[in-house]
Amino acid sequence: MVTWLLSGDKPRSAILAALLIVILVCLAGAPFLFPGVRSLETAATICIFIVLAASYDLLLGYSGIVSFAHTMFFGLGAYGVALGTTHLGRSFGALATGTLAGALAAAALAFLIGLFSLRVRAIFFAMITLAVASAVAVLVSQLSNITGGEDGLSYRIPRVLTPAFRPFDEEVLGIRFTGKIINYYLVFFSCFALFLVMLRVVNSPFGRVLQAIRENDFRAEAIGYRVVRYRTTATCLSAAVAALAGAIYAIWLRYVGPDTTLSFEIMLDILLMVVIGGMGTMYGAVIGATIFVLAQNYLQNLMGAASEATHSLPLIPELLSADRWLMWLGVLFILSVYFFPTGVVGRLRAGR
Amino acid sequence: MTAAPDHTPTFAALTPMERLDKATPILMVPVLVVLGFLAIGSTSSWLTLTVSGLAMGMMIFIMASGLTLVFGLMDVINFGHGAFISVGAFVGVSVLVALSGWTGAASLMLNLAAILLAVIAAMSVTAVLGWGFERVIVRPVYGAHLKQILVTVGGLIVIEQLIHVVWGPSEIYINRPEMLQGAVTFAGAAIEKYRLLAVAVGLVLFVAMRLVLRRTKIGLIVRAGVENGEMVRALGYRLSLVFIGVFVAGSALAGLGGVMWGLYQEVITAGMGERMMILVFIVVIIGGLGSVEGAFIGALMVGLLQNYIAFLEPKLALISNIGLMTAILMWRPQGMLPVVKAK
Repeated sequence: MVTWLLSGDKPRSAILAALLIVILVCLAGAPFLFPGVRSLETAATICIFIVLAASYDLLLGYSGIVSFAHTMFFGLGAYGVALGTTHLGRSFGALATGTLAGALAAAALAFLIGLFSLRVRAIFFAMITLAVASAVAVLVSQLSNITGGEDGLSYRIPRVLTPAFRPFDEEVLGIRFTGKIINYYLVFFSCFALFLVMLRVVNSPFGRVLQAIRENDFRAEAIGYRVVRYRTTATCLSAAVAALAGAIYAIWLRYVGPDTTLSFEIMLDILLMVVIGGMGTMYGAVIGATIFVLAQNYLQNLMGAASEATHSLPLIPELLSADRWLMWLGVLFILSVYFFPTGVVGRLRAGR
Repeated sequence: MTAAPDHTPTFAALTPMERLDKATPILMVPVLVVLGFLAIGSTSSWLTLTVSGLAMGMMIFIMASGLTLVFGLMDVINFGHGAFISVGAFVGVSVLVALSGWTGAASLMLNLAAILLAVIAAMSVTAVLGWGFERVIVRPVYGAHLKQILVTVGGLIVIEQLIHVVWGPSEIYINRPEMLQGAVTFAGAAIEKYRLLAVAVGLVLFVAMRLVLRRTKIGLIVRAGVENGEMVRALGYRLSLVFIGVFVAGSALAGLGGVMWGLYQEVITAGMGERMMILVFIVVIIGGLGSVEGAFIGALMVGLLQNYIAFLEPKLALISNIGLMTAILMWRPQGMLPVVKAK
């Protein structure tokens, strides 16, 4: 059963398996294990970024394609939900329509970009996606009558999913059960399902061909696989999953804006998650996203404290200030590309 | 026995169409300028827009030229190039602020001397930084595109954050030197003085670069290295040394471009290089990877088109560059003047 669920791709390391189980249990029981608004926010963000990082890993790790437009697809899904509920009213139908429209738009756009750039050489793709993504981000912030511009859009989702909804009068397992928790489980189970689908994709014959192309595209072409077709399909698939993750994020936040969905910072975050966790394995996305989001939410406090403690020394408090945590992640990123190209997961598997 | 295959070399002259096809990239800039004139109609606005487009294009070219050569020579794609632009701008502006006595004086000589000092400081700092970047970040990942993109992006993040550490997190406003403020009027068109300076610097740089690349021995080695590095190495030249030189020169040029762009915008932020990189990449792609001439033509086209479209249809200006890139890639998938063969 478990093997079937994991599509035969087992963790292959006791520590990794234990870590994954801990993460799964913590996320599944988050509302009960860690009561509080902030920890629930963190848990939902982890779920969504696991899917986002996993879909990016399909490109970066499995196909060897570097894309800088992943947040664009993420944002398309989010804005799909936002526009859907704004124009079609407060219903589940509107959410589903918006989600579907966002995913289709993302896949179509990915197809177009892929046709243009993957045909020539893979390195074009990185540069072209960077250009297109920045153009889309500017466009979204300029077309304020449709997208709300820099302010973004706030909208109303069905009441069942909001904190105002209280199905039970008394407390359940020691916490007050609200629609927010139903919403969290919607996030959790959709993300879980999407992750298992991604796992299925990369362990299918299609996924094997992608890996063959990554290792030696010339040879894969010679064996008879249409390299461009496979690469474009992978791009579309990854874009669609990113858009779905964006849609889930939009339902959870009840708000979309350029900063939360389209900014280049999020793109860098995803890149860091995938590389630190481990490229070319879906479990890397799980580990990377979890470490990263936890660090983002809690490490900054720690760094702030360290900066306070060293305030008498020159320059060091500046380097340790909470705003500079991205710099340390950058250093970690470079070091992990050099010394642990397979990331945390690769290390754990090798040390078995 | 089979007959030997026919081998009849032809020495026919190129047909006019073939000549036209070869010359098209070079003709595109004048054609664009004429089209702009027809679309805008008014001579004075057209002149203003053309000069500002050329100035913008020249500055982009300054930043793009190093990147395209580095790519052509060693097949290294450097996403960290933008960091040099930012660092150059910050160093240059710091020098200008320190020399505020010179920049505030109403003497063109003192103003230009201040700018020259700022440029020299910025270029030396970015040159040293480029050398270190090549040593520490790029050297270990030759030949692996994926890793190159990843580590250079990492380098970009770290350098940008270091700028925040050294110069603080907020943007810095800067005034242009006294004599370069304001505009001159020519044929009814107001042309900012600084833009004229930018065009002049860009032109001088392009001509100098072409001379170095076409007329000197080192230029010959660089061009040969771009076309076939292995053969140059086999002939006994230490191409890696040449490459470091080009990398350092390219970084210094990025610093120069940063100072000029900072003075043009009159405000500098740590993220400015990252934003400029998007234009730089578009220019490098449409020009053809590895081609300095292509980057020059591409930069001018991007600058001119953006200014014309911003005047004619402001909403379209945001996507005009992407549109231009798409059109060029549909016409020539390798860019206009590709030097490096597709790998």
